Amino acid sequence: MPRHPSPLARLRAHVMVDGLGAAVLRFDRFKLSRRLAHPRPDDLFGPPLRSSARLKELISRHYLRGRYAPLCAWVTSGAPVEFLVALGFHVHYPENHGAVCGIRRTALPVMERAEDEGFSRDLCSYARTDFGTVLTGQTPVGRLPRPDLLVCCTNICQTVLYWYQWLAWHFQVPLVVIDTPFLYDQARTHDIAYVRRQIEGGINTAERVSGRTLRPLDLERITVSSKEAVRLWSEILATAKHRPAPFTAFDAFIHLAPVVEMRGEDDTVRYYEDLLSELRQRTEQGVAAVKTERHRLLWDNLPIWARVRWLSDLLARGGASLVASTYTNAWGEVHDLIDPKDPVASAARVYLHALLNRSTGHKLRLLQTMTREYAADGVILHSDRSCKPYSLGQVDQRARLPVPAMLLEADHNDPRAFSEEQVTSRVQAFLEMLA
Amino acid sequence: MIRGLGIDLGSTTVKVAGVDETGECVYDAIAPTEARMEAQAERMLAAVGETVPVVATGYGRALVREAKAVTEITCHAKGVFHVVGHGGSLIDLGGQDTKVILVGDGGKVRHFVMNDRCAAGTGRFLEVVAARLGVPLTDLAGLALAGTAEATISSTCTVFAESEIISLLARGEPLESLSRGLHRSLVRRVVALARSAAVKAPFLLSGGGALNPAVHDLLEEELGSRVFVPRGPQHMGAHGAALLAAGL
Repeated sequence: MPRHPSPLARLRAHVMVDGLGAAVLRFDRFKLSRRLAHPRPDDLFGPPLRSSARLKELISRHYLRGRYAPLCAWVTSGAPVEFLVALGFHVHYPENHGAVCGIRRTALPVMERAEDEGFSRDLCSYARTDFGTVLTGQTPVGRLPRPDLLVCCTNICQTVLYWYQWLAWHFQVPLVVIDTPFLYDQARTHDIAYVRRQIEGGINTAERVSGRTLRPLDLERITVSSKEAVRLWSEILATAKHRPAPFTAFDAFIHLAPVVEMRGEDDTVRYYEDLLSELRQRTEQGVAAVKTERHRLLWDNLPIWARVRWLSDLLARGGASLVASTYTNAWGEVHDLIDPKDPVASAARVYLHALLNRSTGHKLRLLQTMTREYAADGVILHSDRSCKPYSLGQVDQRARLPVPAMLLEADHNDPRAFSEEQVTSRVQAFLEMLA
Repeated sequence: MIRGLGIDLGSTTVKVAGVDETGECVYDAIAPTEARMEAQAERMLAAVGETVPVVATGYGRALVREAKAVTEITCHAKGVFHVVGHGGSLIDLGGQDTKVILVGDGGKVRHFVMNDRCAAGTGRFLEVVAARLGVPLTDLAGLALAGTAEATISSTCTVFAESEIISLLARGEPLESLSRGLHRSLVRRVVALARSAAVKAPFLLSGGGALNPAVHDLLEEELGSRVFVPRGPQHMGAHGAALLAAGL
């Protein structure tokens, strides 16, 4: 049943989010901007991106809004969200939240809680982080919104199906499953029709839960905004084709958040316009993200969230700049498929063509193309213990790349699957090999 | 006259090598790795009695003061190329690491793979099983080569292999066949790693494992090819490091 907040609750939400909250976040941004404007000299890295201050504000505001949102949907990272945003749902991404826990190094205790509950250590560490967060209520973002609806799209893996079934059982809320047939080649007409029907079913459920009717113009407006954010993201990533790269994949891992969890919002578009302009300025001025850039590397798979900074330092010390990743590229490569005039059918096409819903041959071709376009000298294939669909095929792909590639065994969110000494030796030996 | 020194601080032993102007190894030393590696390295380098450039390699490479740190992959490739005069597929069987390195022209690394987060295919496996069988590590290879009978050790995991040994001993399995089976298990694991790197002949073997004739013989059997052991196989990393220190 839709939640109808009382006038007092609405006033409280307005004051906390748009009044007090917005003021505090603006003040934080101001402080951070001043700090970023006068960075400490660094031998390895160029000046930090000024846009980072705005990014922090955007993400914090997103989580703050979630706390007071009258309607909330929890969704998988590859799920169509435009209809949810158009219906007024606040959208929460457990995977993004898992990444926040990973970066803040708070994921392990909640994962252990999930394991105590009986969830296997072999399960995805995002899933375990989410289960642990739900069970303990512990989160570095204050408090998570309770879902009114769950939307699970199988275009990233099959684990999400069971993960969201558990969430539906725990929260006793409706679950929309969007099953995407795996694409060995191109999407066939009936694949698109099949996914389209499921999205339409999802819209019906979301309308019922929200007590609202989806207005086509709202959906079109949100889809326009979504398409623009995705297009800008793709251009932002492309700035790293410049030598020296003004932006690394490590930066992209962080600046990716808005296009994932705030897709369809106008603020996201404005934010990416500013970021793109800052990066173009850097390119014109020859500002390097990594001052020591001698080798340019490509990354495959999710980041190792707790080690983003550490790995960035290790590579920079060895003269390497991580200029691109297939992971961050996944949110930019489909913008041509988005058609705001036909939002549901185009969503079916877009979400079918998610990177992990396509063949390993496609991934190989993508790695080959990106290696060429970004002039990469080497590739790091992160064999992610948690993300089997992404890691599948890497051993064979390694042998078919035009440049040397190394396998790095780790996990995106479970620090127990990371061995610092072994990773250091392998990465340093790889960089010595490229020298 | 020593032109460059290399020190390889491995998980089991610390090796020092010194090279002359032609790159020949004119000094070598080896000692079990101590807990205080930094002090041990200082002592072993001081014992050489010459002040020359030093390159450090191995797990403890960052601990050696006033030495450039280079990974063991690069050093092994450099060392073995100098000693044998050509490249090939080098299998380095160390205490806790097994590396397979494709060595190209000039001793350049073309590709490498290492065991990950598991010491099953390394020297540690033999150390553990020797202790369990109650025989000195140096006698293990002799036992394996003494006969042709071979127990089947299905587990490649060091910990599980240990429990398998206990049950096989309880069934009265002779030490000779057990030892041969254990070597086979280790070698198969190493060969699987090597195959993942698309290795081809000529094959070279270095590290402490190269001193074990049973490992060598079974490797030849499993690879179906000759396996060459260069002079001073345990010092290959230190030798390569010394060559780099001497600028050769």
